[in-house]
Amino acid sequence: MTEQKVIEVKDLVKKFGSFVANDHLTFDVYKGEIFGFLGANGAGKTTAIRIFCGLSRLTSGKVTVAGIDAARSPEEIKKRIGYMSQRFSLYEDLTVSENIELYGGIYGMRMKEIITRTEQLLERLDFTQYRDMLIRSLPLGLRQKLAFAVAVFHDPEIVFLDEPTSGVDPITRRQFWEMIYETASHGITVFVTTHYMDEAEYCDRVTIMNEGKIVALDTPAALRQTFGTSSVEELFVKITRPKTETE
Amino acid sequence: MRKLMFLLKKELRQIRRDPLLSRAIIMVPIIQMLILIPAVNLEVKKIDLAIADSDHSPASRELLARLTGSSFFNVSSTADNYDDAEQILLKGSADMVLFIPEDFSEGLSGAGIPRLQVLSDAVNATSAQLGWAYFNAVVRDYNREIIINKGIAPASIPGINISTRYWYNETLNYKFYMLPGVLVILITAIGLLMAGLNLVKEKEMGTIEQINVTPVKKWQLIASKVIPFFIIGLLDLALGLIIGWILFGIPFEGSLLLFFACAAIFLIAVLGLALFFSSMASTQQQFLFIAFFFVMIFVLMSGIFTPAESMPRWAQDFNYVNPVAYLMRINRMVMLKGSGFHDIARDMGALAVLAFSFISFAIWTYRKRA
Amino acid sequence: MKRFMAFVKKEFLHIFRDYRTLIILFGLPAVQILVFGYAVRTDISNAGIAVLDLSHDEITTDITNKLESSGFFRIVYSLHSNNEIDAAFKEGIIKEVVIFPEDFGSDLTREGSASVSIIADGSEPNSANLVSSYTTAILSEYSAGLTKNISATMPVIRSEVRMYFNPNLKSQFMFVPGVITLILILVCALMTSVTIAREKEFGTMEVLLVSPLRPWQIILGKVAPYFFLSVINVITILLMAWFVFELPIQGSLALLMAECMLYILLSLSIGILISASVSNMQAAMFISMLGMMLPSLLLSGFIFPIENMPKIYDYVSAVLPPRWFINIIRGIMVKGAGFEIIWKETLILFAMTIFFLVLGSKKFKVRLSQEEK
Repeated sequence: MTEQKVIEVKDLVKKFGSFVANDHLTFDVYKGEIFGFLGANGAGKTTAIRIFCGLSRLTSGKVTVAGIDAARSPEEIKKRIGYMSQRFSLYEDLTVSENIELYGGIYGMRMKEIITRTEQLLERLDFTQYRDMLIRSLPLGLRQKLAFAVAVFHDPEIVFLDEPTSGVDPITRRQFWEMIYETASHGITVFVTTHYMDEAEYCDRVTIMNEGKIVALDTPAALRQTFGTSSVEELFVKITRPKTETE
Repeated sequence: MRKLMFLLKKELRQIRRDPLLSRAIIMVPIIQMLILIPAVNLEVKKIDLAIADSDHSPASRELLARLTGSSFFNVSSTADNYDDAEQILLKGSADMVLFIPEDFSEGLSGAGIPRLQVLSDAVNATSAQLGWAYFNAVVRDYNREIIINKGIAPASIPGINISTRYWYNETLNYKFYMLPGVLVILITAIGLLMAGLNLVKEKEMGTIEQINVTPVKKWQLIASKVIPFFIIGLLDLALGLIIGWILFGIPFEGSLLLFFACAAIFLIAVLGLALFFSSMASTQQQFLFIAFFFVMIFVLMSGIFTPAESMPRWAQDFNYVNPVAYLMRINRMVMLKGSGFHDIARDMGALAVLAFSFISFAIWTYRKRA
Repeated sequence: MKRFMAFVKKEFLHIFRDYRTLIILFGLPAVQILVFGYAVRTDISNAGIAVLDLSHDEITTDITNKLESSGFFRIVYSLHSNNEIDAAFKEGIIKEVVIFPEDFGSDLTREGSASVSIIADGSEPNSANLVSSYTTAILSEYSAGLTKNISATMPVIRSEVRMYFNPNLKSQFMFVPGVITLILILVCALMTSVTIAREKEFGTMEVLLVSPLRPWQIILGKVAPYFFLSVINVITILLMAWFVFELPIQGSLALLMAECMLYILLSLSIGILISASVSNMQAAMFISMLGMMLPSLLLSGFIFPIENMPKIYDYVSAVLPPRWFINIIRGIMVKGAGFEIIWKETLILFAMTIFFLVLGSKKFKVRLSQEEK
């Protein structure tokens, strides 16, 4: 992890009409970090991520992703990032190699390069036997791992993972996180959201959102100490408790 | 540009793997040609005529013989009286009933006026009118001969001999007429329905999101979805043409190049519509309904079954923005009459304007929504 | 019973919230009626024709005027030679050329016989037929009008025609029954099959199956809203036909509605059968569209008379319910036929309904037991 900032967020506000989804968010993400983005449903996580990915426009504030101003050139951002969503990532009616080829091509890689790197990828993941199999015939665990590999295939600066391990068995989750560690060690920043609280412990730093605001931002260890809890899960529950309970 | 190539590769692979779609691409032209063309026949067939002859004279029998011998009528049954006749019409056993009153031959001999009465099933008004016209023609010929046989100078009962010839389709083969029309339906089905369903399917499955996050530009995405069906449309058109030629011997008088050029322009217009409708629908079912609704209007008003020039003014005005109407005219003129570029230049130009407007508008709305 | 009503209510809400589909559902017949009623014309009017008059006498001028004032024709070109004919046709504006040879008028008046050539554009056979037939009729009437000295020794036959069922010769009579038929099949078969298939595809069918609702209640609940919609649709169409075109219902309204309900039931059973046989919506749509809609539109006698088709189509259309229903509807609406006329077709529809219901429910049970495993 270096001191170079890959995402700079300053007073980010996103409003839908009069509803404030993101309320003056301010934080930075450093190169090579594994950055956890937590929050209850409806807290504003997805809204923020969409802005970072260049999918949606901010209402006010300044957001810089991979050196690009999100307000001015969101299309440029897309070239430098990768994205993997839990809902969908790969085309079910295409084979493993066809999916890789598609995404490689979309991100501007040349055919020769795609072919070489596909071979490397398949070997590294031990997927060579699956090369010509349709995605829909692969089990979920393999799909998720492949989806992640495809998301970083083009060597983006940052990769956004939206609940990547949902519905996957514990062993595969373990393997998945090993892939994340390896990716981060190569200098690719990993921006991940998750509902699994134990995964929060694996991150370098974690931020927790509640009702549009950031209510916590630090390393897991520091957070536990500050809030006096023995796990991130506990502190999550503590600080995102609905208002009515505290009154 | 290269991104587009990768996207196109993906689209083609997906189409090939889709069992329904890939089969439809081959089957639709074949089925349309095989099943549709023999079926879509609006010819006015022979008129079923029932006779009630109360006269039973040589004169009435002569009249009957002429009616039977004419190519317009099929003398099918007999009726005894009026009520019988009405029942026949109600049941639909005959289209027309002729009553020859008992004093018919007397009238022909000079004692009174010879009358004939016809009851006609006028549900199909045009048929009924035609039947009446045919009937009168036979009767007048008959009348004329009677008079001339009586030694009266022909000049007092002049008759015009009419010879009718049909050009470009001498036998009035209805299939010749319908093939261009069916081909238009073919391209519309592929360009509008299939392409649109494909577009909506992607939206329904949520895979659009994934593409949105990549550096793919909107126009590249749209082009990648639209180009395959453009090509497929033209190929299927060729296939349909070949089948029509082999199976029915339908001629092709004009320029193939012109034909395909117009079809290409039409496809662009229709694909624009597909794009637009798909942006309005969120499920495939909705799209099907919307598309079907509009396609039906366009096709019915285009003059495919009935002459467009007979339609009221407002309907003909509507056809200014109806791409199907243009292609229908162009197809028939080029295929059957061999009309050249000059003859269809106006239609072709108008079609091009439509194509351009539709597709620009569609792309514009698609960008805003998706 | 309460559970059942709750289920039915949900189904209704489902449909009424999908306002796009609803608009089309009610808009479709409205538009069809308008198009068929006002726009589509099987007859000709203002058809462009050309006259090649090599005689230029009083009579040819007279005839030409008669042609133009008939309302059927519009004289676009006066041609001067045979060579111009092909080019004139190719332009696409005229449908026929009427050719008067030299000395036409004098031949007719002095010798009582003269010839006219009609060349019609055969690329549109029906128009060609109509155009030449009407031209012939006008010529024929004209020559009859020249008949002199009608007397006892020169009898002239007088023919009279009574146009039954449609004295004003409206072309809408033919089509409105067809529109009803089409819409009912569309709503009932297509939409029913899709709605049940959708539940299966999204997996919500399993949820329904484990609920206290019995299978027959599920089907009934799914089907009830469409029954309701269809009846409303039929009434709407009839009202429109009445108000817009003054199309009356000659026969018994009660009989008409009863037959409609039978047909609706039949279409619903077909929809259920289709949905029981497929596993996803796309297939349901394809089968409904290609297997039901298109044949109904094209092969049932709605637009194209079955008599015109090759013999084999007769057999094919015999298994299509719309073919029989159109006869029934036309009979009742336009001809005022009573039950004794249409009992045969009714019986056929009835038999089909039973058949599809039985088949459909059998298939459904099989499917359900498969799902339960």
